[in-house]
Amino acid sequence: MAKIKGAVSVNVERCKGCELCVVACPTHVLAMSKQVNAKGYRYAMMANEDACIGCASCGIVCPDGCISVYKVKIEE
Amino acid sequence: MTAQDIIKPENLVYSKPSLLNDNTMHYCPGCSHGVVHKLIAEVIEEMGIMDKTVGVSPVGCAVFAYNYIDIDWQEAAHGRAPAIATAIKRLLPENLVFTYQGDGDLAAIGTAETIHAVNRGDNLAMIFINNAIYGMTGGQMAPTTLEGMKTATCPYGRDPQLNGYHLPITNLVAQLEGARYVTRQSVHTAAAVRKAKAAIRKAFENALCPEKKGASFVEIVSTCNSGWKLSPEKANQWMVENMFKAYPIGDLKNI
Repeated sequence: MAKIKGAVSVNVERCKGCELCVVACPTHVLAMSKQVNAKGYRYAMMANEDACIGCASCGIVCPDGCISVYKVKIEE
Repeated sequence: MTAQDIIKPENLVYSKPSLLNDNTMHYCPGCSHGVVHKLIAEVIEEMGIMDKTVGVSPVGCAVFAYNYIDIDWQEAAHGRAPAIATAIKRLLPENLVFTYQGDGDLAAIGTAETIHAVNRGDNLAMIFINNAIYGMTGGQMAPTTLEGMKTATCPYGRDPQLNGYHLPITNLVAQLEGARYVTRQSVHTAAAVRKAKAAIRKAFENALCPEKKGASFVEIVSTCNSGWKLSPEKANQWMVENMFKAYPIGDLKNI
């Protein structure tokens, strides 16, 4: 069966650390960073890369449009 | 396969619409305005009408909407966006004209403009962000503030004996002959955002339809986590528990 794998990239400097993406992620991929960006906000990052299914829920709820979602189909 | 292998342009499934430019939005973290801006940019981009869209921005938090979406904009005086939009629509009938207003603009100082603009039945699209508070000026009570809700000007909660009741202006608008499509949506989950996008798209298509006249009105029940003094996540929960009782989600009119 083909497997779907996803990944997200976060525009770190645009992120305001509202954490809505962390709540929206159905597979608990995202978490907030320990570091802060230039504005002093903690930003969203992939903490559990393997679980990402590329559903784009995080990107859709992001108020600042910082998240890009990528998805590949892996044939086994 | 690592994330680095997946993050390639050919695998992209979702990103910010290009019509939403790179200016960092001034909204507080977690504000619903950002999501609605993104939806408007997405819908305009998908419909391919960037060159024939005129937005009318309000006074309030969304006053700087013209800095973020790369289309033509007109800034209106407080509450007067529907009146300006009517004028633009009559001068440029081929264009999509939409207003973007908050509750302090549309349901307080602009109540008369809103009701009369809808009642005239011009092909306008009106986006109404209802967060039940005056966000920009520091969280004062708005007409849409719920009974018992605490704000800067009713710190013990809105008392109906003193301040009256919350104003469901969308229900008033739905009764008018000039309204063609009236709906109430929210943007707190991915599913709700998709529905809100479909509603905005329908409103924009209606506004461009030359055969049938009538205003399309989309209320987005939103959060103001700074004004409500809650985290963005808690604000969404509070909205689901309290706002949805007073402002139930769904279509009110669709003809």
